[in-house]
Amino acid sequence: MSPASGSNVNAALRAKSTAAGAPLVRAVNLSKEFPSGSDGLLSRRRLVLRAVSSVNLEIESGETLGLVGESGSGKSTLGRLLLKLVEPTAGKVFFAGRELAALSRSDLRALRREMQPVFQDPYSSLNPRMKIRSIVAEGIEIHRLARGREKEERVVELLRRVGIEPDALDRYPHEFSGGQRQRIGIARALAVNPRFLVLDEPVSALDVSIQAQVVNLLQDLQAEMGLTYLFIAHDLRVVEHISRRVAIMYLGRVVELADSAELFDNPRHPYTRALLTAIPTVDAAARPERLKLPGEVPSPLEPPPGCAFHPRCPYAKDICGRVEPPLESGKGGHAVACHVFPAP
Amino acid sequence: MSTARQVSVGATGAGGTQLVQAIAREWRLASNPVRFSVACLAFFYVLAAGSPVVAPYDPTYQYRAMPDCPPMAPHLSAPSRWSDGLVYFYPMRMADPVARRFAADRSRRVYLHFFHNGHLFTTAAGAPPCFLLGSDGLGRDLLSRIVYGARVSMSVGLIGVAISFSLGIVVGAFSGYVGGLADNLIMRWSEIEMSLPSFYFLLALAAIIPAGMSTVETFLMIVAIMSFISWAGLARVIRGMAASVRTRPYVEAARALGASRWRVLSRHVIPSVLGYAVVAATLSIPGFILGESALSLLGLGIQEPAASWGNLLAQAQDVQSLARYPWILIPGAFIFLAVMSFNFLGDHLRDRLDPANLRR
Repeated sequence: MSPASGSNVNAALRAKSTAAGAPLVRAVNLSKEFPSGSDGLLSRRRLVLRAVSSVNLEIESGETLGLVGESGSGKSTLGRLLLKLVEPTAGKVFFAGRELAALSRSDLRALRREMQPVFQDPYSSLNPRMKIRSIVAEGIEIHRLARGREKEERVVELLRRVGIEPDALDRYPHEFSGGQRQRIGIARALAVNPRFLVLDEPVSALDVSIQAQVVNLLQDLQAEMGLTYLFIAHDLRVVEHISRRVAIMYLGRVVELADSAELFDNPRHPYTRALLTAIPTVDAAARPERLKLPGEVPSPLEPPPGCAFHPRCPYAKDICGRVEPPLESGKGGHAVACHVFPAP
Repeated sequence: MSTARQVSVGATGAGGTQLVQAIAREWRLASNPVRFSVACLAFFYVLAAGSPVVAPYDPTYQYRAMPDCPPMAPHLSAPSRWSDGLVYFYPMRMADPVARRFAADRSRRVYLHFFHNGHLFTTAAGAPPCFLLGSDGLGRDLLSRIVYGARVSMSVGLIGVAISFSLGIVVGAFSGYVGGLADNLIMRWSEIEMSLPSFYFLLALAAIIPAGMSTVETFLMIVAIMSFISWAGLARVIRGMAASVRTRPYVEAARALGASRWRVLSRHVIPSVLGYAVVAATLSIPGFILGESALSLLGLGIQEPAASWGNLLAQAQDVQSLARYPWILIPGAFIFLAVMSFNFLGDHLRDRLDPANLRR
């Protein structure tokens, strides 16, 4: 199977299983708790860290969903859950209509071809003991997509596609810069012709000048191969540039989700507003008044009752401390989880 | 030599010349102590492999008239007498049978014959023997016994490490990578094994080895026993490393690609812990050599008349014989050199296997 015919087959598959605008990826009431020891040597009380809490999310084929939150907000865990790299505590993940948890081991392995991660840290995401050749070829070998000369050609083609010279084949990761490593990581993910990529802060570890190059590469690849992205970031500017829709996470919950332009022009949730006004701008006149938040993000070990954001929210009302606001969808799919500023 | 082979594992399709080049490069990169160690080990393995040729005499033959004979010094003969032989020595004769004191008979010269009778060097049949390193209490040539003893002492480490490390690496990596109940069970088992007082355990097991077993069988049995005791410590360390490797993004990437457990283990987890394991392996070979010595010292290891460095050293147990026949400590020097060489080599391998030092 040559790379070209491979992507044709993939395209055909894509057309078949995403008919009628069904979402490619769907998370239903997805939760993940990590056991976190007990709160004392002799205490029997077990602490759990709720990294992701009842998240409902749909990602449509071909779109880029930006996922923004502070560190510890559970965005990376959500990405791993969607790829079934960690098992959910509760809830379900559907990929192209199939529930991941219900798949047999071999079906799951076959399905893994369709969804791939790209990691944040380009240093630890490539095995330091493997040559670039073996790193990129790993997926091809696992799924027996090609062998021998054909495999080699394919690896060269993938590297060329992400902007790495073929003389990299027999070199080790430590011989490359962060940006180059990230490109190699992308090539590894693309080697199995995936449809869906979870980009877990793919540019946060890179220099700003390199960030733009990698983001452009990702956009080109998306246009060319019809990829669907979940783009995780803590930097709103990067997300605004690449995403069609953006979801904001706070303490394991999605607090707001809207089309990119809508979210940036008309943020509803106070947390989103605080994030947006925190973006530095060059033009002082255009700078909105900064909404400063008091305090720190509460510990996910002991999240506050009601709306998790209420202890820091300048608009908090009585109800916010008691009832957790559901994520409600309004006009144009703009969804907000807030008692004070409901969806439009 | 083994340095080069270990490190060039990654090179694909290394042909003969490439291997030679790789060895030459490793030799250039090595420091002098490492070169010395490699030379020592190579020398010892040559001794072990070529014992019948290298040893001048039968290691079990007893020269009854010459017990505890001190080392004899070889002399280079004058060019005019080269027709008789290049190297000669003065034969020793027992001067005082009670104190076992020997005196050289300066009136006679006995010549060494090289490449004679299938030996590298020896004396003519019927001529007095030349004990370059002295003889033991039964009049056996110590040099020949050391040369034959190298067979046991140099292979006990290799075979022992081969068994305990394949066990330790596979079990440890599996345990650390898989986690959960299997991990728990395996680690508790290894703790039980580690909490056994190993030396008494060895004694007990050595005691039940049937008396009728041949030397080779006893030897293999001892190695197997030591390996089954020593894998647990390594497995625990490897398990810890594997558990930390498991959370690295590159392992997660392999899982996301659909790699099977076995593939993740063999391609990612084991290679990452291999550097440590190779170091630990070379560093644990001395333990096997010393363990065999200890058992032999107690008479539970290699049985006389077969020789190992351990049971040769066992004769140096009491101060009196040490004071009177200090040359019986020479096997200890061989043990020391072997142990030290493995330690140097282990250190060097650790540096070379560091990924930042990998070269094309």
